[in-house]
Amino acid sequence: MKCFSRYLPYLFRPPSTILSSTCHTEADIISTVEFNSTGELLATGDKGGRVVVFQREQESKTQPHRRGEYNVYSTFQSHEPEFDYLKSLEIEEKINKIKWLPQQNAAYFLLSTNDKTVKLWKISERDKRPEGYNLKDEDGRFRDPSTITTLRVPVLQPMDLMVEATARRVFSNAHTYHINSISVNSDLQTFISTDDLRVNLWNLEITDRSFNIVDIKPANMEELTEVITSAEFHPQQCHTFAYSSSKGSIRLCDMRQAALCDKHCKYFEEPEDPSTRSFFSEIISSISDVKFSHNGRYLMTRDYLTVKVWDLQMENKPLETYQVHDYLRGKLCSLYENDCIFDKFECVWNGSDSVIMTGSYNNFFRMFDRNTKRDVTLEASRENSKPRAILKPRKVCVGGKRRKDEISVDSLDFSKKILHTTWHPHENIIAVAATNNLYIFQDKVN
Amino acid sequence: MEVDRGAMDCAVDAQSLISMSLMKIHSSRTQRGGIKLHKNLLVSYVLRNARQLYIREKYAEIYRMQQYEEVMAVCSGIQELEPLEPLEPLEPQGAEDAEPEQPGRAAGCGDESRAAGGREPPEPPYYRSCCMEDQFSQNCNKTTVLDLDTHVVTTVENGFLHQDCCCAAAAAPQCAPGAAARKRKVDSAGCSPDAEEPSDYTAGRKRLKREECSGADASNISNLISIFGSGFSGLLSRQADLEQVCSKQALASLGAWTRAIVAF
Repeated sequence: MKCFSRYLPYLFRPPSTILSSTCHTEADIISTVEFNSTGELLATGDKGGRVVVFQREQESKTQPHRRGEYNVYSTFQSHEPEFDYLKSLEIEEKINKIKWLPQQNAAYFLLSTNDKTVKLWKISERDKRPEGYNLKDEDGRFRDPSTITTLRVPVLQPMDLMVEATARRVFSNAHTYHINSISVNSDLQTFISTDDLRVNLWNLEITDRSFNIVDIKPANMEELTEVITSAEFHPQQCHTFAYSSSKGSIRLCDMRQAALCDKHCKYFEEPEDPSTRSFFSEIISSISDVKFSHNGRYLMTRDYLTVKVWDLQMENKPLETYQVHDYLRGKLCSLYENDCIFDKFECVWNGSDSVIMTGSYNNFFRMFDRNTKRDVTLEASRENSKPRAILKPRKVCVGGKRRKDEISVDSLDFSKKILHTTWHPHENIIAVAATNNLYIFQDKVN
Repeated sequence: MEVDRGAMDCAVDAQSLISMSLMKIHSSRTQRGGIKLHKNLLVSYVLRNARQLYIREKYAEIYRMQQYEEVMAVCSGIQELEPLEPLEPLEPQGAEDAEPEQPGRAAGCGDESRAAGGREPPEPPYYRSCCMEDQFSQNCNKTTVLDLDTHVVTTVENGFLHQDCCCAAAAAPQCAPGAAARKRKVDSAGCSPDAEEPSDYTAGRKRLKREECSGADASNISNLISIFGSGFSGLLSRQADLEQVCSKQALASLGAWTRAIVAF
């Protein structure tokens, strides 16, 4: 395969194995992916309420080509389907978001959430076990105390590594509407959970109480015009957070100003271009994801057709706007019909905030280099990915003559969508979820 | 609200969007996980946009028909008197003089017929226009209109939108409920805010199934819109109830029509 290094600052290799479940059911659809703060662990959540954690292999001198591949580390059932008897509603077990806590001891901690409940999970290793109990046999049966004549001290013996996940906290009953995001504060003591109308602040240690810090529910629900779509804490300032709305605006709030942060301190919105007005203007301007840059100076937002980078010092318009798949603008009606227009794409920064990435349809995902202004479309698919090969950039033909390697807009498969992606915090390693498959691509640099 | 219809890939019909949106809202109630507030809010925006366009187009259509009727009345009146007299409506300056003769045009849709110099008995416009069709069919089948403002030539056929008035073939009694329903839509906008949207929608759906007229879709969709409108009044501005919306639309299209001339 031809090397396309001209087009990319780095090249991504498909992994030697594509991690996926053997049979594809609805429950296997990956609904979130997240690297931890060191990039050593990668967590995925699926529609069936399961969390699968991958760990990067230690680099070994004997097998240098297996440089840091990710293998399954732990699998557990995080959420189960529930039933709200009062409202006669089923609560889906689908994992909406996973957020890692920075590592503070030998164990790993993550928050996972479904529509209603946030849980704190502790993932720990066990490679020793105590042996030599007095009252118990090695197989666990109790001994008759009258038969014991001597006492011994149990000792820890090595055992096969076992990774176990235990739910340490359950944060429930705080959300009337569906939780769409969670975010851990830089103080590592609090986190926020956000639903359509409210943002709640929790202490990681306290599960029976949370503080409501944003409430946009109108007195009369018939007057509802916008909902909250996502919220995130600032990466360094523990008093600052931002939340995005379905109207395409972002509000930055300071928790020091008031207990209830209904009054924003910054309001980011770009005026609508009246020439592009359509039946679906409100839908395509709804923000599906908001992410602070690692350096805390920028905000990135994703709406249906674009990704925008905002400077926190400039509220009236974005700093940069990138077209993800503008060729869909003429297909909005059929995308409305098949519900694809409601897809919520996420966006992600690379470690140095120089490249941004987001997904699209046909298992395409896009990267935009903010410095060189170059962009590339790549595809996550089994057919196009051989181990050790280099990903070839793809191109969508928007009319006129279609070249050999191009794909026409009408041939795009809208059932294959990449909604969730994540980027390693320091290296050029990305994880891309394509329905029930997880693709991990690594940089070629030797 | 101007809509970039050219950008649509399919024949975007306000009516089909409305029915699609209502279907989505209905099916969301049986989806696993409960009603998604965000998605339904977005669907209601599409519904509102489509409804606004639909109403505007409908009233433009009706206004055009009203103009046609008045013009026909002028024609027949003039022909009775003096066939050779210069016809005021034919000349541009005459068109402006014609304006004060019909001062009530701007009053609003419901008052259209009354304002037309009393040439017609004051009846609800939709019902009337459909049933008065036969009177004019002998005189002319087509009317060509030149709009002096936009220089657009339009040919108005004799055929009305029969679907506005239930079935084309239906007898007058059968028309009445449909017309009455439409009249109710004009008069009572924002009716019964306490009406529960789900049950109204179900009633609307049942009504939809019962109707067998081929052209009944439009009036049924109007019924559904009015039912739905009471549940989502927040999406409209407070002051704009249906009647004022349509009168604004009529006003907007008024300017062009007052300067139109009629050619035989």
